[in-house]
This record gives sequence, structure tokens and C-alpha cells, in this order.
Amino acid sequence: MNTLPPGPGAFALLALSVLCACDAGASRRPLRVFAAASLAAPFTALEQAFEASHPGLDVQCNFAGSPQLVLQIEQGAAADVFAAADVVNMAKVQASGNAVGEPRRFARNRLAIVVAAGNPRAIQGLGDLARDGCKVALCGPEVPAGRYARQALAKAKVAVRSLSDEPNVHALVTKVRLGELDAGIVFQTDCTATGIAAVAIAAEHQVVADYPITTLTAAAAVEAAAFVDFVLSPSGQQVLAAHGFQAP
Amino acid sequence: MTTLRGPVRWLIGVPAAAAVLLFALPLFGILLRMPWSRLGEQLMSPAVHDAMRLSLLSSCSALALAVALGLPLAIWLASGRSALRTVARIIVMLPIVLPPVVGGIALLLAFGRAGIVGSWLDSTFGVTLPFSTAGATLAATYIGMPFFVLAVEAGLRAFDRRYLAAAATLGAGPVRRFVTVTLPMIRPSLQAGALLCWARALGEFCATQTFAGNLQGSTRTLPLACGVAMESDPELAIVLSLILSSVSIVVLFLLRQRWLAPR
Amino acid sequence: MNLELDVHLRRASLQLDVQLTVAAGDTVAIVGRHGAGKSSLLAAIAGLLPLERGRVALGAQVFDAGPAAPFVLPEARRAGVMFQDLLLFPHRSALDNVAFGPRVRGVGREQALALANEWLVRVGVGDRAQALPSALSGGQAQRVALARALANEPQLLLLDEPLSAVDASARLALRRDLRAHLDAFAGPRLLVTHDAVDAFALADRIAVLEAGRIVQAGPVAEICSRPRSRYVADLVGLNFLRGECAAGRLRVEGGGELVVSQAPDGAVLATVHPRAIALYRSRPDGTPRNVWSAEIVALEAAGDRVRVRLGGALPLVAEVTPLAIAELQLGVGGTVWVALKATEIAVFPA
Repeated sequence: MNTLPPGPGAFALLALSVLCACDAGASRRPLRVFAAASLAAPFTALEQAFEASHPGLDVQCNFAGSPQLVLQIEQGAAADVFAAADVVNMAKVQASGNAVGEPRRFARNRLAIVVAAGNPRAIQGLGDLARDGCKVALCGPEVPAGRYARQALAKAKVAVRSLSDEPNVHALVTKVRLGELDAGIVFQTDCTATGIAAVAIAAEHQVVADYPITTLTAAAAVEAAAFVDFVLSPSGQQVLAAHGFQAP
Repeated sequence: MTTLRGPVRWLIGVPAAAAVLLFALPLFGILLRMPWSRLGEQLMSPAVHDAMRLSLLSSCSALALAVALGLPLAIWLASGRSALRTVARIIVMLPIVLPPVVGGIALLLAFGRAGIVGSWLDSTFGVTLPFSTAGATLAATYIGMPFFVLAVEAGLRAFDRRYLAAAATLGAGPVRRFVTVTLPMIRPSLQAGALLCWARALGEFCATQTFAGNLQGSTRTLPLACGVAMESDPELAIVLSLILSSVSIVVLFLLRQRWLAPR
Repeated sequence: MNLELDVHLRRASLQLDVQLTVAAGDTVAIVGRHGAGKSSLLAAIAGLLPLERGRVALGAQVFDAGPAAPFVLPEARRAGVMFQDLLLFPHRSALDNVAFGPRVRGVGREQALALANEWLVRVGVGDRAQALPSALSGGQAQRVALARALANEPQLLLLDEPLSAVDASARLALRRDLRAHLDAFAGPRLLVTHDAVDAFALADRIAVLEAGRIVQAGPVAEICSRPRSRYVADLVGLNFLRGECAAGRLRVEGGGELVVSQAPDGAVLATVHPRAIALYRSRPDGTPRNVWSAEIVALEAAGDRVRVRLGGALPLVAEVTPLAIAELQLGVGGTVWVALKATEIAVFPA
């Protein structure tokens, strides 16, 4: 049997079907939320709750490291809401004129020392990280978790040699889990989410991470503002608390 | 050689031009956004120097390892047909198709501190590969060597072994035959394999970051530095992209005799 | 030092069983069709194929005597081999190809190159020393391959279809030169060919190989004039004549004269296919320029044909069908008219 080779018509059909696929669910308007990677778990829950009360909207969350999101927004990504893991990255968005008004702080996070299974180095606090033979890595200084970790170490006057500047908290947690590292410093919520063993950092050395949120100039203003309000509402705060975040 | 005429010319020409643009525009983008005035200053920065030194060191070491281990492997693979060879070939070729991050994880599980071989290396010699330049080299070798083995095996399989018979009747023993007949005659394959291996090792990003970590001066190679710069200093990222693109263009130029020349 | 062969080996569907002795200073041509085992025989002698049983020996040196005995590797046999496809190293110049053997034997670089150059001049391609094999013509490449084999001071020469890659015009000159180089070589010479003319021109003796076995062996003249089977007759059963040519007339050695067309003057070789010779009861009319009567010396069956051996000054063999024998009432001792067109006589310089 002979089969006709696909002609130009077939390609046109294919192209059309691809376009249609992109438009599936077009009945709901999209609301694009750019959120820091550490917010992945609570924001997925927030997305569902918000959509339930706003049937006309389709919340689409884009999770990545805060600096990466900043870059995407500056390069013109169509985002409505930006939730950052620190004020530094939020300031960049403000400076580039993409933020609407003053950002609002919606959550706080604390740092914790994540340790390998069974805590073989018996790490009790930041001071133990400087011990000989203790393999420690941090996130890179451009990553919020990495900058906060360095601030905490400075407060505790502990000199730690980071074996690697990991690009995000997940990569760091994975390497500790695999036993390649004895310890690392990440957010408390990262430990909660992954269930990995964590050692608390003494209160006097703690650095509190503020999470700011803002609507963006490219946004559909009303819906974006509604989402921000929802995050700050009691029901939104409840979701964040359930994932280990503290109220602002 | 066919000459395109009439409407066919446009049917072919327009998509073809679009395809070329798909690849040309990103390159053009790099050149356009290049902070030319700060180029010299950026190139002289310690971060760039460290990354270049590390990249050169790890990619050249990877090439040396690929030749030292890959040439014997290619010779064995090309020396016959067997199920064992087929299995070995599939395993060796895996990094070509595998997402590099998977390669990095696999390397951790094997050569990491808690890995199969890594734990033994650690307990016996006190050697740990992750977070070391040796680890970055291993990751680069893992990604680059398959290209060398593939090219050399293909070259050896295409090589007419009767030339070895001719050399034997002229008195040459096996080693001499290999050095004076086989190697020169498969030289195009050796060159192409070495160039591809080196270029892939140089461009290796994910396996290195996953397995060896990311620290300036010890494991942060050019691509890793480029990734970090993308989030802190986009201008520097563009400069590093230019360096990597330039190297790739030179490599492709050197390979043109083999793959880019019209036949 | 004689080359003594008792070769038994199996290759794919071919069972090779050959017994043959090649004396030093003797050139033996192995003649046979494609796939008869000619190249395998050369490979066994060169050490590229081991014997299953038997013996390959050059004088007192036993190269191979089956799996149980020590095997002399090809690199230790010092056999000068000219391969059918020549196998000149494509990455080396003609000079470096010829110098390869001497270099391997430990001759210094300068000396090896000088020696190689000498050989290239001797085989007539001294001006192509720096050329890569890909830039050589077929004839030049053959000559370089010959020089490469000879420059290695071999104990014996093995030539596989030494004239196969050459066009007709270069063939004559190369054949003559090859004969001179073979004659100048002191050891046993063995060449493989499917071309009876080459065998006749180059060899002293012929061994006909059919499906791995020698079906007939002997001096060239004998094999050509008395093929013992249809196979041999087809392969080498030509009439070969030597003589002097002048002004379109060929004076054949031992008497007799033939009119020939397009022939070079001087010493020549000529071949006449037995089927090109026509026999008649009475003197024929028409175009043939060569017509004579001759006595029938013998009638020999060769397969489905009969070879008619003619006497007189031109002892040629004609080949006819048994039916023709009956119709012409040919018998030994009878006389017959012989006609041969000038254009059926192939003449080439000796």
C-alpha cells in the first residue's frame, strides 16, 4: 500500500492544532504568578484555593530562583505577580520600573542547618560547621538562602569554607541527602517540605528572611491585586503557616 | 547539484532562511548586547580568569583521559562483533543521549563520597571527587569521551585492514603497524573525535554542577560561571557566552573538512 | 631455495588443496577464474592465512606446517607481495611507501629514502617519488607497488594480478618491464592471473587452479597447446606465437608467415584463438588473407569441443564442434584447408 507523503497541508494542520492546544481552557483568563523556588509548595496550594473562589481565572505559577525570575521579568516576561524570597531581588524589579507601588511583606522564613542522615558529624549549631573535615556547602551569594546563610555565619563569627556555591536550595539539600555533604544552610521550610533532618540555629544568630510580593506593571491590575490580597488574607496566611512559614 | 527554479525556490527558500535565522539571531543577540566598552575589563576579572583556567584544565585533562582510555576501548569495540561489545557500546554512548543532570546524579552515586567506588576511594585513600577539580574533570570526561570513542570506532571499522596485511609482509610487527599505518589512516576520525570530545567537555554544565559542585577556582568552569553570572551580572554572562560561542565556532571550523564540506 | 607448497585450508565455501613446487629463478603463473582460490593461496604463502594442514617451506625454512607446528608470522617471512589492489599506503608518498620496508628492517632514514628512490628509478617512476598514491596513474601505482615489494630484499616474490589495474596502452610496456624485473629476481616467483596472455608473457610454467585444486601444471607452451580439460582450454587454450613483425607480415619462429593487421614492428608475441581458425575441405574463397593447407596431427576432445592439432610450419590448434568433424570427415593424417583472418591475430610487442 502506498502512503502519500505529508504535504504542506498536513503541516498547516499540525501547526493549527499546536496553536489550538495552547489555547485549550481559553474560557479562563490566565494569571501568571512568578514565585521564588522556596514558595513552590505553599503557592501550589494557594493557586488551588484562589481558583476555587475565582472560577474565571487560571493561576499559572512559575517557580525559579529569585534572581532568575528577576531576569525574566526584566526581559519582558508576561507576569502579573512577583513573590520574591528576599527584598534585594524585589528591589531590582522596583528599580527597573516593573513593580506597581510598594511591595507587601507576606511571610517570613528562618534558616536551619540541614544535616546528612543520622547527623554523623553531630552538628549542634553554626559553630560546628567550621570543624575540620566537616563538609559544608552554601547556596551562592546571589541566591537569597546563600546570602542569608552568610549573614548568619557572620553574626555567629564562624568562618566556613563553602565547598560549592549551589545554584538553589534544592540542589544543596539533595547533595546533603546523598551524603556528599555533611551539612548545609537552607530555609527552615525547605527542611519541612523534604522531611530531611535539620538542626535549629540559635536565635541570636538567626536571620529573618522577609518575603515581599507585588503586582507588576504588565498585569491585569484587578485580578493581580486580588491574588495578592488573597495571599495576605487569613486563609492565605493559614496555608503559608501550614508549610512552615511565619507571619510577616 | 540541482538549481531551484520558479515557485519551488520560494517554498524552499523561505523556510530555509527562517531556519538559518533561528540559529543566527541568538548569536547576533549576543553580539548586539555585548558590553564592548567593558569587554576588556570583564575578561581580565579574576572570576573569568579562574573559569577559563579551570575550563581549559578540565577539558584538556578530559581529552587526555578520553584518548588514554577511549582509544583502547574503541579498538576493542571495533575488533569484532559480540553481545558484550554491543552492551558496552550502549553503556558508553549513554551520556550522549542522557540529560547531563542524570549523568551528574549517576556520577554521584558511583564516585560520590557515599557512592559505590567513591566510598572506597574515601576510606582507602581519603580521596573525594565531588567538589574538586578532579571531579569536574571526571564529569567532563564522562560527557566528552563517548564522542571520541564513537568517532574512532567508526574510523577503525571503516579502515581497510588489508593495509595491515601489506605492512606485515613488509616486515612490520603489530605495534609498528598500528602506529605507522592504522593511526595515520584513521587520523580524520581521531581529529574529529578529539575535537568533539574536547568541545563537549568544555561546554559541560549540568553534570559538573551536579557532581562536582560550583565554586570559583575549583569547579566553576566557564559554563557554570556563565550560569551564575546570568543571575548576578548579565553583562558578564554575555561576555562568557561570547567566549564559549567563539570557541565552538573555531571547533566547527576545524571540523568543516569532515562534516561541513559539501560532498 | 625452492618454495614448496602443500596447502590445505578452507575459506568460506572454498576448499583449497594445492601441491606445488616453485624453483628459485622460476616464475610460475597460477591461472584460474575468480574465486578459484588464487589469492587465498598467495595469502597462505605470505602468512596471512594459516594452514589447516600441510606445509609451506622455503628451502630449509618451514613457514607453516599446520596448527601443531610453529607458525612464522608474515612479518618474518620476507615475502615480497604485490597485492591485487596494490594497497599502497594512501597517507605516504610513493617514496615513503617504498622506503617503508627498509625502515622497518632498521635501515637509517636517509639510506632508506635513497634506496627507495633508486628502486623507483629502476621501475621507471623516479619522477613520481613525492606523489601520493591517489595522484598516480594505474600503471605508475603498479610500478610503485612492485618497487615496494622488491626494495624490501624479499626471499620470494608473490604477485596477485600484477597487471589488473592498468589500461591497455600501459599494459604492454608494464608487462615487458615486469618480465625483466622478474627475470632479475633470484628467488622463486609466483604470480596469479586470470589472463592467459599475461601468464604466457611472464611465466615459465603455469598451474591451472579450478575450485581450489590444480587441474593441470607444466611448462607454458605445453599447457597452452595441450589443455587437458575444457576448463583449461577455455582459460589458457590459445595459440601463442613468437616472431618478428615487419610491414604487416609476421615471420613466426620456426618458419611460416602470417599477414597481420595493426601490428608493431620488431619482436612480437601473437595469440590466435582456436575458434578463430576456420577449416575447410577445399580451398576457400573470400577475404581471409591467410590460407594454407595443413596435415591433421591429432584430434583431442576438450569437453564438448574437439581440438584439431595442425602440422607444418604453423603448428596451430583449431577448435571445432564434433558435428563439424563428422561433416568435414576430418581424421588424423588427413589434409585440410586452413583460413585465418588477419584481424583475428592479436599482436603485441614481446
